[in-house]
Amino acid sequence: MSNILVNAPKTAKRGDVVEIKALIMHPMETGFRPGPNGRIIPRNIIERFTATWNGAEIFAMDMSPAIAANPFVSFFAQANESGTVVLRWTGDEGFAAEHRVDITVA
Amino acid sequence: MRRRLLVVGLGLVFVATYAAAQVGSQSGADKRRSGYRDMGEALQKMQDDDTANPGMLFVQLGSQLWAKPAGVANKSCADCHGADAASMKGVATRYPAIPAGSDRPLDLEGRINLCRTQHQSADPLPPENLDLLALAAFVAHQSRGLPIAPPADPRLEAFRQQGEEIYRRRQGQLNLSCAICHDDNAGKKLAGIVIPEAHPTGYPIYRLEWQALGSLKRRLRNCMVGIRAEAWPLDAPEYTALELYLMERAKGLKLETPAVRP
Repeated sequence: MSNILVNAPKTAKRGDVVEIKALIMHPMETGFRPGPNGRIIPRNIIERFTATWNGAEIFAMDMSPAIAANPFVSFFAQANESGTVVLRWTGDEGFAAEHRVDITVA
Repeated sequence: MRRRLLVVGLGLVFVATYAAAQVGSQSGADKRRSGYRDMGEALQKMQDDDTANPGMLFVQLGSQLWAKPAGVANKSCADCHGADAASMKGVATRYPAIPAGSDRPLDLEGRINLCRTQHQSADPLPPENLDLLALAAFVAHQSRGLPIAPPADPRLEAFRQQGEEIYRRRQGQLNLSCAICHDDNAGKKLAGIVIPEAHPTGYPIYRLEWQALGSLKRRLRNCMVGIRAEAWPLDAPEYTALELYLMERAKGLKLETPAVRP
């Protein structure tokens, strides 16, 4: 299980632009650093982050080795209908994490 | 007549400046500054927002570990201390302290390890271990906003004095003491960065340079490398002595755990 912190409004007015902030625990190992034994530590990063609102993609980004550990992502979306926002992180070594937020639009 | 007016006028000026000085000395009585006040606004906002502060990820991890049974005894922290950890409120403000049945002070991480060996029959966690830091962050987080309150235990005084002696002792190839930077030159700049007053108000801290949570011990080792001194071994009692002095020096300042620092 991954440690995730998400900040999103529980309710929004129809048509409002809402900000969604997501923070996840991840080492984001670059693949360029030698370990204590002198060997390169294999790359272990989150490769892609996506967000869907009731199944429709509202935000997506590719991550790179230059992004720091425990990446923080903030983005905006227009609230058109009540529903579930699903945040997904996928990456090296089979990393997969998911977080759901329900937003009620009135 | 003019002379009398002048005297009255001077009297008024005196009263006004005296009053201003009184107000000034009251509001400026405590001039100590947490490192928080010397960081940029962006970092302060990062620390203040619990969903942007990366340290909170470790507090979250710590709360999961709190409820997880460990060791041969198969007991969790929550089994003794309660699930909501309310009993931990204020605990971090009192450490390092001397535990019952001992005569040496322990820091918070040491106390957690003592609990592991005594009550959980588990192996102590190594220094800077992720689980240990997360538990320490979770426990110390319960005291966020409370003033640092070192215990009045008279046995601590000798260790505290040793800590102060270390704090004022020149060491390393650069021949610097802690006091030269953090007392004499605090607030000035070193390589473009404000030298903080070294109050341990937010440990374990999330340091952006580390991209990780780290203990006060790690920070002290960092400083020692910086002055090109040889850092003590990780289990050296000097760290606890220095922490005792630093906590006494920061008495009354509010805990911020988990603090974010550049």
